[in-house]
Amino acid sequence: MAAPLVLVVLAAVTVRAALYRSSLAAFIAERVEVTSPLNAWKRVVEGLALLDLGVSPYSGAIFHETPLIIYLFHFLIEYAELVFMITDVLTAVALYLAIQDFNKVVFKKQKLLIELDKYAPDVAELIQTPMEMHYIPLKVALFYLLNPYTVMSCVAKSTCAINNSVIAFFILATIKGSAFLSAVFLALATYQSLYPLTLFAPALLYLLQRQFIPVKLKSKSFWLYTMQYASLYLCSLVVIICLSFFLLNSWDFIPSVYGFILSVPDLTPNIGLFWYFFAEMFEHFSLFFVCVFQINVFFYTIPLAIKLKEHPVFFMFVQLAIISIFKSYPTVGDVALYMAFLPVWSHLYRFLRNIFILSCVLIFCSFLFPVLWHLWIYAGSANSNFYYAITLTFNIGQILLISDYFYAFLRREYYLTHGLHLTRQDGTEAMLVLK
Amino acid sequence: GGMAAALLLLLLLVAAGPGRGRAGAGRERRDTLREELLLSPLPTGDVAATFQFRTRWDADLQRGAVSHYRLFPKALGRLVAALGVRELHLALTQGFWRTRYWGQPPLQAPAGAELWVWFQPTVTDVDKAWKELSNILSGIFCASLNFIDSTNTVIPTASFKPLGLANGTDHHLLRYAVLPREVVCTENLTPWKKLLPCGSKAGLAVLLKAERLFHSSYHSQAVHIRPICRDASCLALSWELRQTLTVVFDFFSSGQGKKDWSLFKMFSRTLTDTCPLASQSKVYVDISPKNKEKELLEVSPPPTSVHEAVVQGDKKTYAVYDLLSPSLFNTSRSLNVQLKWKRPQDSSEMPIPTLHAQRYVGGYGLQTGEICTLIYNTHPYRAFPVILLETVPWYLRLYVHTLTIITKGKENKPSYIHYQPAQDRRRPHLLEMLIQLPANSVTKITIQFERALLKWTEYPPDPNHGFYVGSSVLSALVPSVTAMKDVDVEQSPLFTSLFPSSDGSSYFVRLYTEPLLVNLPTPDFSMPYNVICLTCTVVAVCYGSFYNLLTRTFHVEEPSRGGLAKRLANVIRKFRGVPPL
Repeated sequence: MAAPLVLVVLAAVTVRAALYRSSLAAFIAERVEVTSPLNAWKRVVEGLALLDLGVSPYSGAIFHETPLIIYLFHFLIEYAELVFMITDVLTAVALYLAIQDFNKVVFKKQKLLIELDKYAPDVAELIQTPMEMHYIPLKVALFYLLNPYTVMSCVAKSTCAINNSVIAFFILATIKGSAFLSAVFLALATYQSLYPLTLFAPALLYLLQRQFIPVKLKSKSFWLYTMQYASLYLCSLVVIICLSFFLLNSWDFIPSVYGFILSVPDLTPNIGLFWYFFAEMFEHFSLFFVCVFQINVFFYTIPLAIKLKEHPVFFMFVQLAIISIFKSYPTVGDVALYMAFLPVWSHLYRFLRNIFILSCVLIFCSFLFPVLWHLWIYAGSANSNFYYAITLTFNIGQILLISDYFYAFLRREYYLTHGLHLTRQDGTEAMLVLK
Repeated sequence: GGMAAALLLLLLLVAAGPGRGRAGAGRERRDTLREELLLSPLPTGDVAATFQFRTRWDADLQRGAVSHYRLFPKALGRLVAALGVRELHLALTQGFWRTRYWGQPPLQAPAGAELWVWFQPTVTDVDKAWKELSNILSGIFCASLNFIDSTNTVIPTASFKPLGLANGTDHHLLRYAVLPREVVCTENLTPWKKLLPCGSKAGLAVLLKAERLFHSSYHSQAVHIRPICRDASCLALSWELRQTLTVVFDFFSSGQGKKDWSLFKMFSRTLTDTCPLASQSKVYVDISPKNKEKELLEVSPPPTSVHEAVVQGDKKTYAVYDLLSPSLFNTSRSLNVQLKWKRPQDSSEMPIPTLHAQRYVGGYGLQTGEICTLIYNTHPYRAFPVILLETVPWYLRLYVHTLTIITKGKENKPSYIHYQPAQDRRRPHLLEMLIQLPANSVTKITIQFERALLKWTEYPPDPNHGFYVGSSVLSALVPSVTAMKDVDVEQSPLFTSLFPSSDGSSYFVRLYTEPLLVNLPTPDFSMPYNVICLTCTVVAVCYGSFYNLLTRTFHVEEPSRGGLAKRLANVIRKFRGVPPL
């Protein structure tokens, strides 16, 4: 399996290198769908230039990266392109290894459930076989590396690639079962962009499952393990934040990074829902709606944890998707991360209801984004409503895609336990509804 | 008897009066007023008229309750005393001084309103004092100076040094703000004229009629208050108030295409008498020969004297009309100074000023742009440094790593950079640089910016007009052609003593570039309700789908009895001969 992966990596590196040398690199770097005020490369260079001038990068409103990025690129600014290519490759390899391990876990669990007679008798065609699961890790790596969103993100040198890499390592550490590494990488991911905080729940559920600790609120071992994991996570987070303090000797980065993510002062257009909403918001309600929109990202965690406590990796996928859709400054790099997981759920294909129309919507919107941007900003013949409409459509497409996968997942689970050919009391074929 | 006693008392009072007055003269504070008008014909055929009214008051406004104001206006005096102001410079300008064609200005101001103030070291909260000061001045001058707030105020470190007496220069006591959008009109001229001791009733101020002054290419009125030395030993302080008004009359519109100017043609008034409160009242006409030729310009009536001075590094000759000299109003009751050209001026030999600059916005589209400043040093062999101060509003996000300074094709590194990045909705960008300009060169300074999308309430009423970026300030010590002697402020004309000169080999110049007009992308202003509804719908779609999937479970569908619609459909089907549902 290593050889095909190497081939995929080589192909990805070649595509990126070719694009770096072409004239498209400057065009892609300027695109607002690919870069946001949080992760644009131009702003990283600006922050380092301010540091050279003796001014704190956080004294202005340009630089919103964490001190870790300053530290990293202070030494590696000459090799930036190489750094981003290596980051992408590392992410893909991490995802590959993670999904490989996950497949083993899935297969083992499946075997256990079959032996325990938990499945209905006629569901043989729904059971995943090692044959069909064999190529899934390679497909995941392929989906990530050769996704045009990822390629554009890398060519634009958006630090979203670094965030994705940290999350991928976190997923690898969680699936491998190492609580310590999982907590460290989760702390790093939270430190980089606040929202991965919600991935604490699926990671905890997975590690509990792996330790064979049942998730019962009265169980002592459950609380013990939860406390252990939570304290590992919080301690690493505190350590990282204190290290950042010592880098520039000030706490200025906290309002500049986290205050900026939470209060959304910059209304630069992007593919998300926040910018136009707050550009047109009545001043009186601005704070209220900022709070509502930020809570919206975090509040699906508990209900999803209750429903999907047996399936923490699917929970992680849905949570990642929710973060990418509803975060304050989304970019296509975030979309690419959760899309890389789609091959893992390829066995749900037969239950997906709207996959054709949704993929068409997503592809058309991706093409229309730069067109309508050009018409608004450069040609002056359209206005901001056109771009906003495509934003809405793109987000609806993403939302319906995730809920479609969720529906298909739940439906397959139902069939697994109740049998594939359902009959009604009078023997005719039954319909399945959600009630 | 009673009558005699009353008469005696009256005599005593009268005798004692002047005595008391004389005794009191030592205690009484002395203030003097000098007024002057400088008429300078410009190379392009236009004519510039600069009025200066200088009130000098030998009193200490800061200490001791001063209650008797004579020539010094009470509004400004109380302002200086109450808010701890050390120096105040306010200018309201309409139009732009074209340095390239008109030459170095005696005193330039940027388009709009400009206010810069040095506070006393005793002021504890400078920002609060600044806010109060701008509001009070807004009321005094009927200008919208109350729009000066932290988003357009900066603290320059090197460009604005005190022009008056100063002990230390902690630049945290300095505030500078520009309102480029401010319009100047008669409402601003009227309170300005009211501050003059004679108002607009006598002296040179009778020429200040609004309908002629605003029909011009450039109109700038300013107020400068600063402390100066009372005498050569500088043991005591005096306060100086200068009110200056510069107006440039256009050759084509006001001059009707003819290069003959006169006071009547310019102001539709002539001078009839002097202000009785003025100790000096003079009209200077610049008759310096250009291009080393003798006397192209002829003035009539003949001047009372001729004055030669080195002004802005160049030897200049002035025809002086002293309004206080009795011989002036002998022949006619009014003075109408007329300027006639003896020979048509050779327009191809226009003198180019040593330092001039130009600024413009480059780029296209509403996403990014570039501010380009071109600074010209036309001196044939001397290089000199210039301090450039740029204040850019926060919504044009400057990227200082894109700052490039190119002189003669090579990169020119500034020896001093002070950059303060902007904070959204709180303070603007401040960029101050000391750039060395080599002799006979053009320096191009470019910096890129990104345009921000603002909230819909933050746009002005005409959002597609654009947003103004205030002029940038160039301060330089320009090497002079002729060495200047140290001037005694009391003896020399007012226009030579505005800027303190340190040595005779160079003179101080402050130039302003053009203001910029930049468009920002606008949201659709008719859409707040629609946007809120649509975005909340998208969020609700997600919430709804997830709520269904999380709270409902799959069930086998129960056959339904059939509602009304189904029964109706079955009836139609029976008619068609199709099996029922």
